[in-house]
Amino acid sequence: MNMPLDVERVFKPADYKSAVKPVWCPGCGDHSVLLSFQRAMAELALAPENIAVVSGIGCSSRIPAYANCYGFHGVHGRSLTIAAGLKVARPDLTVIVASGDGDGFSIGGNHFLHACRRNIDLTYIVMDNRIYGMTKGQPSPTTEPDWDTAIAPGGTGLSPFHPLVVALASGANFIARSFSGDLAGTARMIVEAVRHPGFSFLQILSPCVTFRPDQQKGWKDMVHPAMVPETDDPGRAARRLMTDDGFNTGVLYRGHRPPYQPHALAHLDPSELEAEFAL
Amino acid sequence: MTRQTSPTLSVVLTGSGGAGVMTAGQTLLDAVTGGGLYGLMTRSTGPQIRGGEAAAMLRFGPEPVLCHGDKFDVLVAFDFENLQRFAAEIPMDASGLILADPAAGEPPEFLLKTGARIAHVPFAKLAKTVPGGRVSMVALGALAKLIGLPEEAIVGAVAKSVGKKKPEAIAASERGVLAGAAAAADIAPAARLAAPRPKPGARWSLTGNEAVGLGAIKGGVRFVAGYPITPATEILEWMAPALQKTGGVLLQAEDELASINMIIGGSFGGVPSLTATSGPGLSLMIESLGLAVASETPVVVVDVMRSGPSTGIATKSEQSDLNIAVYGLHGDAPHVVVAPLDIGDCVATAQWAVHLAESLQTPVIMLSDQAMGQARAVIDKPADAHFGAGRLTWANAGESYARYALTESGVSAMALPGVAGGQYTADGLTHNVKGTPSSQARDHIDQLDKRRRKIESFDYGAHWAEIDGEGDTVIVTWGSVSLPVREAVAAARADGARIKIVALRLISPAQPDKLAAEVAGARRVLIFEQNHSGQFWRYLRAHCDLPAHVTPIYRSGPLPFRPGEIRDHLMKDA
Repeated sequence: MNMPLDVERVFKPADYKSAVKPVWCPGCGDHSVLLSFQRAMAELALAPENIAVVSGIGCSSRIPAYANCYGFHGVHGRSLTIAAGLKVARPDLTVIVASGDGDGFSIGGNHFLHACRRNIDLTYIVMDNRIYGMTKGQPSPTTEPDWDTAIAPGGTGLSPFHPLVVALASGANFIARSFSGDLAGTARMIVEAVRHPGFSFLQILSPCVTFRPDQQKGWKDMVHPAMVPETDDPGRAARRLMTDDGFNTGVLYRGHRPPYQPHALAHLDPSELEAEFAL
Repeated sequence: MTRQTSPTLSVVLTGSGGAGVMTAGQTLLDAVTGGGLYGLMTRSTGPQIRGGEAAAMLRFGPEPVLCHGDKFDVLVAFDFENLQRFAAEIPMDASGLILADPAAGEPPEFLLKTGARIAHVPFAKLAKTVPGGRVSMVALGALAKLIGLPEEAIVGAVAKSVGKKKPEAIAASERGVLAGAAAAADIAPAARLAAPRPKPGARWSLTGNEAVGLGAIKGGVRFVAGYPITPATEILEWMAPALQKTGGVLLQAEDELASINMIIGGSFGGVPSLTATSGPGLSLMIESLGLAVASETPVVVVDVMRSGPSTGIATKSEQSDLNIAVYGLHGDAPHVVVAPLDIGDCVATAQWAVHLAESLQTPVIMLSDQAMGQARAVIDKPADAHFGAGRLTWANAGESYARYALTESGVSAMALPGVAGGQYTADGLTHNVKGTPSSQARDHIDQLDKRRRKIESFDYGAHWAEIDGEGDTVIVTWGSVSLPVREAVAAARADGARIKIVALRLISPAQPDKLAAEVAGARRVLIFEQNHSGQFWRYLRAHCDLPAHVTPIYRSGPLPFRPGEIRDHLMKDA
């Protein structure tokens, strides 16, 4: 986060709400994430015009149009790369990246690794519902192996992707999890993620009420605050993430890696570059 | 055989990798052009990363050298290892001279067949007789003697490249050069370098890839993201430090999917942005180029074309990416495709590409090619180009804002993040004037119309093509193939032929009216291009009313068109 607090203006959550009505199903966890986002931005007191929300394709990726901020709704899987270019070109902006488990971990998986590694000052929010919702119910990288669907009869048989472990191993500077049903908790995690320098990754468990009602209505009872306090030790973080039940919430790792900084800006006139070519 | 309009001398240095062929070539280029001549140097290498066969091909003359000639006058072989792989690239005849170390053995069959004279100088043995002696310096000394280059010009070029801090290296080079020159004293001279013609004005030494980088920065590019790929990497490598000096940034991306999206992000933030790649990378970028069209985000993608498809021949040139550049995007996605005409023109065309992208808020694909990109030439300093205003941005003057407003020009003002009241979401989804996603027919058609209108109604001015001469024979061509065309036509004109050349810089959108005016009344039209399927000819046929008597001349890379080959086509039915 680079913008100084705007002392002249008072911000309310409604200031971050656009006039566009979400396409999400009634009861979708993403509605709650949107509310938490609005609360978080108001708490951070960031002027809406100084925030950019960047996304890819999928249910969760529709979020930029619902925020009264600058937004980019790009192609499938590439949200982190648009955001990286924007943040490097415009370090004055607060750039928030929104994605889902298919967009972020499958088609965009490689960019996830490199965004963690590059450690640009971005906040990456993945609304994880363990399903491709927009295409009406196919298994994603975080889907349970035995979940029976038309495209994978009897289940995929594949062990689920563990995004938090991958984030840690790849160099993310901040790793947290929240549950969309906990509006205040999710807003708090977004605030923490934005404030922490470098690449901050927040997994939000956000149920799909249409295609996963069987399993996900229970998430409300399964989430619980992390039993142990947050750590800045990657070794400890690795052990707890490897063994967690997938429902620990809170800040799970907070590192000290310096964020990527472009080189100090010089302002030589381009015509001066020509000297090297002259005979 | 083409008669040169100015006497040129062509030299090829060959040897296995590590023998110092490329460094020697650079030294020779510096030494000869330092005396006032113009020069061109291209490199040819085998697929090996290090080692393997290598050739430095050079041509010198008193006028700017556009391309290689029909044959080489002198071949200097440090050794003959695997040289037969270059047989097709090194045309020679009985007038030529092969200068070789006798220890290298017999020249390969293809060289013997040319009838070229063979002269021996024991490069390696002589190099051992002087302290710090190097084979390449002995060879250059012998060559200098035979082509009429003063030995001190070579020593001077070495001194310039190693710097004054290494006097012992310069002294060793000098001993080597003198030993080589002395050993060649009894050999009958080869073709000689022409005398320079003194000319006013500055001269530059640069590669096409460097020229693209310079033009891009002059055009305003301050953000670049790219992924290494032959033969485009030098653009990125030249731009990285140049951007640092001029207040910009280059990011090395994890792949081309990332590079194109990173520059879309940078440009959305208001910073003119560019990436450079070659065919395989362009293929990966295509989906997101459609996003740049739909979201109206200006970006420039430079494709330094190489032989394709797939990995093809990564180190050798071809003009076979025209189809993907023009037609590769899904949906109806109007955008701009431009192509530079020579190394100097890479500066202005890159600058123009940035101007077009910014003015039209659309992606511009610039099709350079390996033959220009990786060639180094000594040229007259290109004239400064000026292209006027760029991106139309929105400043909040109290009015309500519609990012994709339906304007007469098709261009609508772009709000940049940070401007209060301008918040919108750029989207690949069909959207209305506000940018709000829409699946309604009216919005879809309005936005398609708007995006087509801005590309088609724009005044591209005189830059669309380089028109040269008058005549009832008209040649239409593009890119680096225009270079041997220019040389062949100059020679034909000297014999009295009347020929017009139309070399297109603006490939897409097509300019049917302008082209029709140029070919009107032509007795015959010849179209030259370097690919296997006549992509340029078919593209022109699809968009322009060409006369009935059009002769398409196309063939694939990797071998360059030579002036004589062009001339042969001009002579047919002349």
